[in-house]
Amino acid sequence: MTKPIVEYKDVHKSFGDVEVLKGIDLDIFPAEKIAVIGPSGSGKTTIIRMLMTLEEPTDGDIIVDGKNLWKMDKHGKMVEADEKHLREIRGDIGMVFQHFNLFPHMTILENCMTAPIHVKGEKKKEVKKRSIDMLERVGLGDKINNYPSQLSGGQKQRVAMARALVMRPKIMLFDEVTSALDPELVGEVLEVIRDIAKNDDMAMVLVTHEMDFALDVADKVLFLDDGVIAEQGSASDVIEHSENPRVQEFLSRFRS
Amino acid sequence: MQDILSISQELSRGLFVTISILIASSLFAYLMGFISGLLRLSKHTVIRKFTGLYIELFRGTSLIVQLFWLYYAIPMLFGINLGSNWIIGVIAIGLNYGAYLSEVVRGSVEAVDDGQTEAAIALNLSSFQKMRYIILPQAVRMMLPEFGNYTIQMLKGTALVSLISLNDILYYGNILRSSNLSQAPLIYLVILIFYFVLALPLIFLTRKAEDISKKGVAN
Repeated sequence: MTKPIVEYKDVHKSFGDVEVLKGIDLDIFPAEKIAVIGPSGSGKTTIIRMLMTLEEPTDGDIIVDGKNLWKMDKHGKMVEADEKHLREIRGDIGMVFQHFNLFPHMTILENCMTAPIHVKGEKKKEVKKRSIDMLERVGLGDKINNYPSQLSGGQKQRVAMARALVMRPKIMLFDEVTSALDPELVGEVLEVIRDIAKNDDMAMVLVTHEMDFALDVADKVLFLDDGVIAEQGSASDVIEHSENPRVQEFLSRFRS
Repeated sequence: MQDILSISQELSRGLFVTISILIASSLFAYLMGFISGLLRLSKHTVIRKFTGLYIELFRGTSLIVQLFWLYYAIPMLFGINLGSNWIIGVIAIGLNYGAYLSEVVRGSVEAVDDGQTEAAIALNLSSFQKMRYIILPQAVRMMLPEFGNYTIQMLKGTALVSLISLNDILYYGNILRSSNLSQAPLIYLVILIFYFVLALPLIFLTRKAEDISKKGVAN
């Protein structure tokens, strides 16, 4: 049995007085594709934001590749992780955001090249070639010198994916990546994710409202409700055959 | 007409002092603005508070009193010679406007969308790299128009150095008036025109800066 690449152990998260996550236990295996579904406000996004080190858990541990993400050993005592520790671990993780978050002052090629050059210290020539290949893969080979403001939402999101992929993460996180898009642009973005899911061997966690898509690409689906994982299993188990009334109620809103 | 020409000729002897003080003090103010603006964003409370003290002290008191402090009071109290009048003028104007600019720097850095920081973290940039490659390039675009405005104000502020006996445009104007009282209105008119003409390129640059700042920023 392969070891999980990420383990959540009784992870809690509160914002002020509000407890958003009330004890999450979750294993993510290498190359596994997980879809996280559930009502808004159920804490879906918070789960992946903690893994990306954008939010610190209030309690519990997140273990990445055997190392505790948010705590480190200092003279035999476990203390809060510092930036150096977080950077060592999060290098294996990439994320695509709902609102793209492209760097507006850079061309889309520069958007892709910045991190490999400055973070990994790779050679510019090599990074440039890889970035162009990646932008071609997402169908934007003819736009490499454009600025983000010159692209449509769907194109921006595809650039964001290329930018994350150029870093060669072992785990990719997708935070409702189609929610901010006009309906007619959703397809082109899902197509790229489908391509990545089928052809790359990284683990993927997708927070999504696209049920058909989750059914199509996910090995495992988590249904999150009120801060806990209320149901999990294969995509068809959860989306098509769940007997949990909360799951059925939630899914009924997507079927008309 | 003859009068205007001769007045202009006399005033232009002060051009070098006015322009050189403007250039030196604005460079100094930009530097102070960046340093203290970024220190204001520091994680350490002591650094933030200390920088805040400098900013409020210099924003909250008048430039001319600061100028007199540096010129008359500090050398007497502490026996420190801060250098020539020119240097004292540059320091006073630079510190004063640096305090204002630091708020512009801080505000612009804070105005860059949080999503930019999150993307930088997701790409594993260090705090320094995030500042250097992602936040500052965007913040600087936002700062440009305000930097232009304050530079125009600094130009007008330089006129105060005539009060610590520096030979700037106003200084020569005052000398001229004291020897020719009936020409006072005309002399001050020409002085106004001098400052306005000097300000024109700055006004133009500020407009340009506004155009640049409209592009290439996420907010």
